[in-house]
Amino acid sequence: MNTIVEMTGIEKRFPGVHALKNVQFDLREGEVHALMGENGAGKSTLMKILSGIYKRDGGALRINGDPADPNSPREAQDLGIGIIHQELSLMNDLTAAQNIFIGREPRRSFGRLDEAALNQGAADIFATMNLNLDPRAIVGSLTIAKQQMIEIAKALSYRSKVLVMDEPTAALNEAEIAELFVIIRQLKAEGVGIIYISHKMDELKRIADRVTIMRDGEYVGTFEAADTPISTVISLMVGREVTEKPLHVPDTSGAEVALEVTGLTRGRDIQDVSFSVKKGEILGFAGLMGAGRTEVARAIFGADPRDSGEIRVHGHLCHIKTPSDAVAAGIGYLSEDRKHFGVAVGMDVRANIAMASLRRFTSRIGVLQERMMREVSVKYINRLGIRTPSDQQEVRLLSGGNQQKVVIAKWLLRDCDILFFDEPTRGIDVGAKSEIYKLLEDLAQQGRAIIVISSELPEVMRLSHRIAVMCEGRLTGILPGGATTTQEEIMQLATQRHAVMAPTGAVQ
Amino acid sequence: MTAETQEKPKSYLAQLIDTGAHQRLLAFASLIILLVGFSIVSPNFMQTSNMIAILQATSVNGVLAIAATLVIITGGIDLSVGTLMTFTSVTAGVVLTKAGMPLPLGVISAVAMGAFCGLCSGFFVAKMKIPPFIATLGMMLILKGLSLVVSGTRPIYFSDTPGFDQISRGSLIGEIIPSVPIPNGVLILFIVAIVASYILGRTVLGRYCFALGSNEEAVRLSGVNTDRWKMAIYALAGAICGIAGILIASRLNSAQPALGLGYELEAIAAVVIGGTSLSGGRGTILGTLIGALIMAVLTNGLRVLSVAQEWQTVVTGAIIILAVYADMARRRKT
Repeated sequence: MNTIVEMTGIEKRFPGVHALKNVQFDLREGEVHALMGENGAGKSTLMKILSGIYKRDGGALRINGDPADPNSPREAQDLGIGIIHQELSLMNDLTAAQNIFIGREPRRSFGRLDEAALNQGAADIFATMNLNLDPRAIVGSLTIAKQQMIEIAKALSYRSKVLVMDEPTAALNEAEIAELFVIIRQLKAEGVGIIYISHKMDELKRIADRVTIMRDGEYVGTFEAADTPISTVISLMVGREVTEKPLHVPDTSGAEVALEVTGLTRGRDIQDVSFSVKKGEILGFAGLMGAGRTEVARAIFGADPRDSGEIRVHGHLCHIKTPSDAVAAGIGYLSEDRKHFGVAVGMDVRANIAMASLRRFTSRIGVLQERMMREVSVKYINRLGIRTPSDQQEVRLLSGGNQQKVVIAKWLLRDCDILFFDEPTRGIDVGAKSEIYKLLEDLAQQGRAIIVISSELPEVMRLSHRIAVMCEGRLTGILPGGATTTQEEIMQLATQRHAVMAPTGAVQ
Repeated sequence: MTAETQEKPKSYLAQLIDTGAHQRLLAFASLIILLVGFSIVSPNFMQTSNMIAILQATSVNGVLAIAATLVIITGGIDLSVGTLMTFTSVTAGVVLTKAGMPLPLGVISAVAMGAFCGLCSGFFVAKMKIPPFIATLGMMLILKGLSLVVSGTRPIYFSDTPGFDQISRGSLIGEIIPSVPIPNGVLILFIVAIVASYILGRTVLGRYCFALGSNEEAVRLSGVNTDRWKMAIYALAGAICGIAGILIASRLNSAQPALGLGYELEAIAAVVIGGTSLSGGRGTILGTLIGALIMAVLTNGLRVLSVAQEWQTVVTGAIIILAVYADMARRRKT
């Protein structure tokens, strides 16, 4: 097989950071080459150099054997390199076809657009992808999976021979991932080389031919994906052995019920959902994207209205209408979208931790007591192991895992003993993940009731004492946690459509 | 494929709502209600002369609002449209009366000056990365000052330029069909609107207007020279302000250097009432036109009812808040 891309001795420095140190990478025709590493390992920087967004400080880049030096995304595209960014770069107000041909619209005289040719061109690309999509659909109204397909179509429209995919499955559900993989295999067969960046270990085995591992801006090694165990990949990524100890399910039969929800209903999104969580228990919520798990959490938290349903906290009926009612009752909700709803990224760690409890740090005439806030935030920084140079560091400068810990500190300070974690490790790398898991387990051990919503099955199974599974707004079953429950059992409940009504599995 | 990945086919109506046409329908309905309401309470309101007065009053603000719409769709804002209008009318005044150039040159100089000033704003925003609000606020003050400097703080009268007042006040349509003496100013407004609509909907420049407002970084990463296009859009908006400058100078038959401040807010109000999103990416010229008409009808109708000027302003402010509230309420629902 021909080598399309060859990068050797790549160097890149940013002010104060040596981002890439003598990194090498190569890509062959028709292969899927996974690029693995923790956040900050330098994967994205390397790909930005390949695609002309950053300029390298040293090293050589060859495309099809010829030295190349793309200085802009446009020049990289001309060299046949397409990149699909982690955060989709689409224009939501434009149509699918308009997005695909942005910058090279078929034109007529005087800068007039040839809209018919534009739509036809998009339709042709969709046809080669076996994708059933209207070129005139407004992108913002499509699912994330469809938007992803449009990104791929856009990259293909440049006749790309190299396709960089940066965490393409981060926001896709299982069925959508399967669709994506069909297209990836098809591209492979046509000789396109694919560089695949992902944090999901299981995908490595499913789709990758080779894997290159990076750590701290350095090249660690390249291996055949088929005969390299996942545990080896992980330990090479983090530079140490990460041992997964088996889940210990504590006996909570005697514990008090902390939260009891009965008959929670809202339209088609939530249909008659009932469950309870005991003190010291971790209840996992599994299901496909759109199954209604986040909706349930938001309805309980008072962020969205509900049609009916009772919420009891420690046995008392609570009338929760707004998030502030929920917080008063001791319920905290950690959103899946940290940047939008979790932290104020431009403010420092101290301000973020104190955010929900400001009244406690206010003197009688309404002046904030910075000294008290500092003491408390330093206490939580130590207790949760938040890695930050000081409590006055801006939160945006912290890694994803540490940002998440700041959010957790905020809710702990607010005395919430029922905590909803919505995708607690999204965008967090492998090493920091296990720290978050440990933290959740500690919180449960201290007697808090923890509800974890996660789209990653291994995560749910790794953490949950019991697993609630949802499908299309209904709770289709609650399974016991631990080794007795298999992924297959969960997936069966998660895909149990409306026709089969009787819930299977052990409803406790 | 499971149900989760399937798109529900949307009804035509739902699609209309998605594209913001809902707000336009709402604005259009409000306009009709206002017209019907005023004509019921005041018999003088619906007279042809009054209707023409309303249209004439819309022309300047309408043209400025069209300029503002282009910039707002890119996700920016242009606070300098009002004083730029003044500066271009002063420019025309200098060229026509002081230099004694022929009339077409005066018009061309105003439009060219508008385009140049718009290009400067665009340069500040695109190349110097100054937030549009600040860049055009600075430009607004610069142009206000320059208008006074160039004119010597005195109005420039066009009495020696025959035909100049006819640009806005004459009526080509009235000469052909005497029963509908629609002034040229209004005709020019509609021509500007049609051309701007065409540019937005059918040309590359218009496409990048929406694309920039929707996701500028994505456009840049697609290999588009975003800075250049953004400057082009500001320049186009400036040129349209130049047309407004000619319109107002012709209507007053003079260039009034102290005029202009406050016009930018009325223009932005018309844009907002017309359903263009201040966060960019969405908007239409038709909506802006309706927004400008609503404001003119309101002012005129309240005057016909002898409501004091001060209260007219209060009502206009309330309408802006209501219009944006209606838009927000709709978006929360979907």
